[in-house]
Amino acid sequence: MNFEETNIQKDLRELTRRFVQKDLTPVIEEDEKNERFRPELIRKLGDLGLTGIPVPEAYGGAGLGYSEYIATIEELAAGNMGYAISVAVTGLPQIILSLFGSEEQKKKYIPPLAHGQAIGAFSLSEAGSGSDAGSLRTTARREGDFYVVHGTKLWTTQGDLAETLILLARTDESQKSGSYGISAFIIEKGMPGLQYGKREKKMGCHTSHTMELIFNQMRVPVSHRIGNEGDGFRIAMTALDSGRITIAAGAIGVARAALDIAVGHAKHREQFGKPIGEFQGISFLLADMAVQLNAAKLLVQKAAWLKDQGRPFSQEAAMAKLFATDMAMKVTTDAVQILGGSGYTQDLPVERYMREAKVLQIVEGTNQIQRMIIGRNLIHKEK
Amino acid sequence: MWFFSEEHRMLQDSVRQFAKQDLAPKIEKLDHEEAFNRESFKKMGQLGLLGITVSEEDGGAGQDAVGATLVMEEMGAVDASTTLSYLAHAILCVNQIGRNCTKDQKHRLLPPLLSGEMVGGMGMSESDAGSDALAMKTKAVRQGETYLLNGSKTWITNGPVGDIFYCYARTGQNRKDISTFIIERGMPGFTTGKKFSKMGMRASPTGELVFSQCSVPLSNRVGQEGESIKMMMQNLDLERITISGISLGIARASIETATAYAKERKAFGKPIGAFQQMQERLTEAACRALTYQAAKMWDLGEMKGKEASMMAAKAKLQSAQMATQVALDAIQILGGYGYTREFPVERFMRDAKLMEIGAGTNEILRIIIARQMLGSEVVDV
Repeated sequence: MNFEETNIQKDLRELTRRFVQKDLTPVIEEDEKNERFRPELIRKLGDLGLTGIPVPEAYGGAGLGYSEYIATIEELAAGNMGYAISVAVTGLPQIILSLFGSEEQKKKYIPPLAHGQAIGAFSLSEAGSGSDAGSLRTTARREGDFYVVHGTKLWTTQGDLAETLILLARTDESQKSGSYGISAFIIEKGMPGLQYGKREKKMGCHTSHTMELIFNQMRVPVSHRIGNEGDGFRIAMTALDSGRITIAAGAIGVARAALDIAVGHAKHREQFGKPIGEFQGISFLLADMAVQLNAAKLLVQKAAWLKDQGRPFSQEAAMAKLFATDMAMKVTTDAVQILGGSGYTQDLPVERYMREAKVLQIVEGTNQIQRMIIGRNLIHKEK
Repeated sequence: MWFFSEEHRMLQDSVRQFAKQDLAPKIEKLDHEEAFNRESFKKMGQLGLLGITVSEEDGGAGQDAVGATLVMEEMGAVDASTTLSYLAHAILCVNQIGRNCTKDQKHRLLPPLLSGEMVGGMGMSESDAGSDALAMKTKAVRQGETYLLNGSKTWITNGPVGDIFYCYARTGQNRKDISTFIIERGMPGFTTGKKFSKMGMRASPTGELVFSQCSVPLSNRVGQEGESIKMMMQNLDLERITISGISLGIARASIETATAYAKERKAFGKPIGAFQQMQERLTEAACRALTYQAAKMWDLGEMKGKEASMMAAKAKLQSAQMATQVALDAIQILGGYGYTREFPVERFMRDAKLMEIGAGTNEILRIIIARQMLGSEVVDV
């Protein structure tokens, strides 16, 4: 076992941190207020080689692993969760295509995403189908060399910005629900039949676009299908397994940023004649925050390492996602608490961190779903 | 509660109706725009809510702490931030004027405050005197028939919009030499500083009060010079009891929204409803009992000094923590929907967090409780 970060990990961290300081921090509070996302920053991240970290070099990626990927996601999340999520979501089509795509699909779609020239998205959830992904209703009916896609998707991050979007739809309508009969498709920006619905007004992550997508009898060439008919559910679940590691890394970043500010405040703020950090009430809170953060970070690193080793990692990814995002909620909430009135104002970013942390307990499978997965895996192992 | 009187129930009904009809349609926009609801304040005046604890003789509603807490809960369940502004007005300012001012002072100050024509607030906290209130630095120096005030107050609810502030200032070297002054908008040397942008409670403006050679007539001093500590501390207890009503309201509304959603929403072919909400309901009920018991004991005068503070601190600490947790869990139950502004639960959570900070942080309340249990020689601040 080795707990030392490699030079590559350190470099990625440093590179991302510099990007955050120079390009993100100066504009982020204003952009959050105005709900503004800057696609040019994704291009910039691409120029730095940070949008295709875990993708093979043959397709324009950095050819590294999740152990490296999480360093960048963590640093981005410490700056702004919207951009961390954007990079993670642009990663999803790359990961899906590199595992399940045809050679032709890989060559065509992965390089622009890996270079940050294109933005990616992943569209699974619907109004009546969130945690229960197998119950999705959007249909893709085969007509000759095309599929006709019809239905409405919700909660698609940057669905309106994406040049390349992975869509999950039902190809076998005899299967009304359940995981069978779902297929995955590549949707390119500008294909007729896709209409952008409302953009959600959210509690946090305001820079990030969260979109409703309306597919109205959209004709998608058969060549855009990923894998075989009916592979969609497995493809989606594989993507979510990996996505859980990146979301957990985002949780580490935002929690660390909150803890740093809380520690600084506890050292300098004086009440009753001494720094508040010298009161047990505050120092115990800080101690618990640090312990939880450290434990979560190790879990995330382990899940990433397992994935990089090509070993089963689904259980550890669920554990890391559950533990790290619950930790982030707690740590950011306590950071607001330690800063008191100042923490509650928008003069400091800690209240934003708290609002950002909340979404991590919901996305990529709610934490209730993670518990189900973990519990189920335990029982099956017993058998 | 078994001890709610018929009058309490009538008050509860009428405030519930007012909140539903008048506050509910406006809050979403106000929250988004960080705007103050002056219009509804005037309505509250017509309903007699603005002087809720002021004696009928002085033009108030003559209600007790139980009644005032009920009002907070009912309004808090719909619009916690306007309720917070209401609390600053009715409990922190108007109640204190009713209790501690002379007949002449009351005669002049109360009518516009009770009608809602003027908005009240209280000035205690300073940038370096939050939890440690007695460390305040704002100074008042007597010069003949006036006092000259210098210093500034921060975290003042209603600061940016208020007209009359019940303010504390130092009038001597001793830590306990604190006096009270009525500060009115327009007084020379008095300005209201910046307005804070906040995470929640956004319809309740928070700001600074700045005194720069502010000249205050002797007739605006409340009580004797240097004798304000007791009144200040007593009112902190009442503040903690009544503000717990807001926590109860937020929690109740969160549970109601989450329950309705859980009954409707289907996943894996069945409603997601059958889950662990029992625990939430139990803690909410326990906090409700604790809060109203504290209010009742306050009304009966059964608690004195430290005992009163302890009871108020317990109710405030428990209900604030409960409200934040329940609101967070409500978002979680609603999932993606809970995170959007289409449902109010994300606002409930943003509002609830302040309950753990304002009117004594969780940490300070724990110290108060622990000191009372173990003695101040054991629990050092």
